Amino acid sequence: MRDPYRTQRIAFLLLLLATLLIVIPVGMIVVIIVQKGLPAINWQFLLDMPRQGMRAGGIFPAIIGTIYLVSGAIIFALPIGLLAAIYLSEYSKDNLLTRLIKLAIVNLAGVPSVVYGLFGLALFVVFFKFGASILSGSLTLGIMILPVIITTSREALESVPYSFREVSLSLGASKWQTIRHIVLPNAIPGILTGTILGLGRAAGETAPILFTVAAFYLPRLPDSIFDQAMALPYHLYVISTQVPNVDEKIRYGTALVLLALVLFMNLVAIIIRYKFRKKKKW
Amino acid sequence: MVKFDIKDLDIRFASAHALKQVSMEIRSNEILSVIGPSNSGKTTFLRILNRLNDLNQNFKMSGTVKLDGKDIKTIDPELLRKKVGMVFALPLPLPLSIFDNVAYGVRMHGMKNRKALAGLVEGSLKEAYLWEEVKDRLNESAFKLSGGQQQRLCIARTLAVEPEVILFDEPCSGLDPISTAKVEDAMVKLKEKYTIVLVTNNVKQAARVGDMTAFFLSGELIELDKTDKIFTAPHDKRTDGYIRGKFG
Amino acid sequence: MRKFKEFIIEKLILLCGLASIFFVLLIFLFLLKEGLAVFNIVGPFKFLFGKSWYPISEPPQLGILPLILGSLLVTAGAAVISIPIGVGCAIYIAEIAPLKIKETLKAGIELLAAIPSVVLGFIGMVTLVPLVKTVFHLPTGLTALSGSIMLAFMAMPTIVSIAEDALYSVPKSYKEGALALGATHWQTIWRVLLPAASSGIVAAIMLGIGRVIGETMAVMMITGNAAVMPKSILVPVRTLTATIAAEMGEAVVGAEHYFALFAIGIVLFVISFAINVTADLFLHKRQ
Repeated sequence: MRDPYRTQRIAFLLLLLATLLIVIPVGMIVVIIVQKGLPAINWQFLLDMPRQGMRAGGIFPAIIGTIYLVSGAIIFALPIGLLAAIYLSEYSKDNLLTRLIKLAIVNLAGVPSVVYGLFGLALFVVFFKFGASILSGSLTLGIMILPVIITTSREALESVPYSFREVSLSLGASKWQTIRHIVLPNAIPGILTGTILGLGRAAGETAPILFTVAAFYLPRLPDSIFDQAMALPYHLYVISTQVPNVDEKIRYGTALVLLALVLFMNLVAIIIRYKFRKKKKW
Repeated sequence: MVKFDIKDLDIRFASAHALKQVSMEIRSNEILSVIGPSNSGKTTFLRILNRLNDLNQNFKMSGTVKLDGKDIKTIDPELLRKKVGMVFALPLPLPLSIFDNVAYGVRMHGMKNRKALAGLVEGSLKEAYLWEEVKDRLNESAFKLSGGQQQRLCIARTLAVEPEVILFDEPCSGLDPISTAKVEDAMVKLKEKYTIVLVTNNVKQAARVGDMTAFFLSGELIELDKTDKIFTAPHDKRTDGYIRGKFG
Repeated sequence: MRKFKEFIIEKLILLCGLASIFFVLLIFLFLLKEGLAVFNIVGPFKFLFGKSWYPISEPPQLGILPLILGSLLVTAGAAVISIPIGVGCAIYIAEIAPLKIKETLKAGIELLAAIPSVVLGFIGMVTLVPLVKTVFHLPTGLTALSGSIMLAFMAMPTIVSIAEDALYSVPKSYKEGALALGATHWQTIWRVLLPAASSGIVAAIMLGIGRVIGETMAVMMITGNAAVMPKSILVPVRTLTATIAAEMGEAVVGAEHYFALFAIGIVLFVISFAINVTADLFLHKRQ
């Protein structure tokens, strides 16, 4: 009979290998992008308009476009998502309706991003006649990040100890007063974390904005929410696949800016979450 | 004067039959001690009086409970809870400053005037025998107080909304003897102005503090009488057994 | 007055609570609205199983079997790679990694999950694709295999984090009982923990696969764009998702091509719905 400890050593080695197979390539990817993209980064790159069909100049409109889209998405998703989370955490009962709502959230989270693009096209661009615009793109992205906002907010609300609610109610406060004065304020860090994660997600998505807002080459800034806009993920896609002879470092530079933006947001969210867990007074 | 008039109160939680046909009266300006082993229904009974059981989904109630002659099911829960305050077993300060803890209830009921609030907070803290210890640090977090102080803070908080009844749910279970004595002293002084219902696992505390004592066992009210009667010559053998510590 | 305001607020809260159901239905509705029209032109059987996808020819040929097979091939390849590695990594993090390294690893996995798919597509294009081309001596590295490898990376964070949660929530008593009987750590993992966490692990795998099937940008940039029946894993393919993304730009609103792409959207929606519901059932199964 084989030595079980030998088996264990082999098994553990394989498991370590599996972990390294994931972690090392991630590190490599980040290193490659930083290494090859950093040379392109300077103030001109970040603040200039693109020139020569995007072979030269900067990516400023793409950065601005991404900021507009992401802001629009959160303006739509945060209020609805937060109220939905409050419903699930404070008002819902253990019944079929609640199960259906949770199922719907799981599904929204799983819908492929390109299908969101189709939906945005059919509803906002065509049906509501908003056209390919920041408005259409923001609304599409907003619905897409709704599950993230709802789920993280709900967890934050549920982590406030139940006893606080009982105390508040026993003093004669109403349910909404309890939520507004006791539950919500103590859930803010968690809600903030979820919001930032949602923003990071919205900033990196390409497929939903392909048909709803993204412009191939718009050497001017958008004027209104009904205008088209460039965006970083779409920009990266275009200069990698559609435009020949773009200097390699411009491509890597764009990838670096997008990656840095998304990773930065995730990092901020993780730090808030970590600090909040340490500071909790109860 | 009868404060609470309870008839045929029957409570079920899902499959558990928590209270079985309880009928009794609670008189004003008295302390009623409620004793009994765990799971006898004491806390369930207490939470009926301020309708905190409403929060539980599986709660089913039959029978009537009247406060000052009015069925509590017809009174707005917020108003009821203003009249019937509760101090819980573990000290549960809200995550606010000492001042804000005491002022919380009245603020929710609409009081905004800073001076009036300050006066009310001071008065309540004095009634709870806590004022001297905290008067210089009202803006500090309530969590900085010791367990006994926190519990007196919870009492002050309840007093601030000017209730008529105060329910105490094993209030000294987490406290040391000195803090326990302070809380008991406060309770006895409070009965001059309020009606008090005290649920306690400590039989001796019930004897010290209560005017009337009620003994619950497995959801039934076995006996309710003047405290000295219960502790010297109880009617029911089970009451006698419990008081002597033959079971618990 | 306060009561009235609170009444309004609470009704609003209820409305938002129902919002997610509303949006799911809305999405499905609009997909149907634009997609069902394609079945006036081609029957559902021919649509799903037709072998030729030439939407701009006259008359248009709208069989999506090559696209389905493309998606299937890439997904299967990704599954073969990501399941053992992902579950293995989850076991490592949950049971073997020392505490300090554990947090770093989990952060690293979260980081991978956060990388936008277009960035991964870009990296895949410049590193993986030429690599595959050289290693296998192919005319082009834009193949299903490249796609599978990249997509495996995108599935792994999902698989790792959900499987790790599942392992973590196995009651400690199971583990302690086995160890107390003299089993080695590995034997405990293999014979006790894994079976106990199996429904959670299955859910993790399903959700990871679900993510892969729905992937668009990375596949578009790495798998080539040959909308024909794939003969092996080393040829260019086209997935359902890439088809929509690549061709919607050219499709005229209201044309058959337009409807066909929406019909593909319906197929994708139904597939992801089925996977998500099943995975959710597995996550909530008590053992």
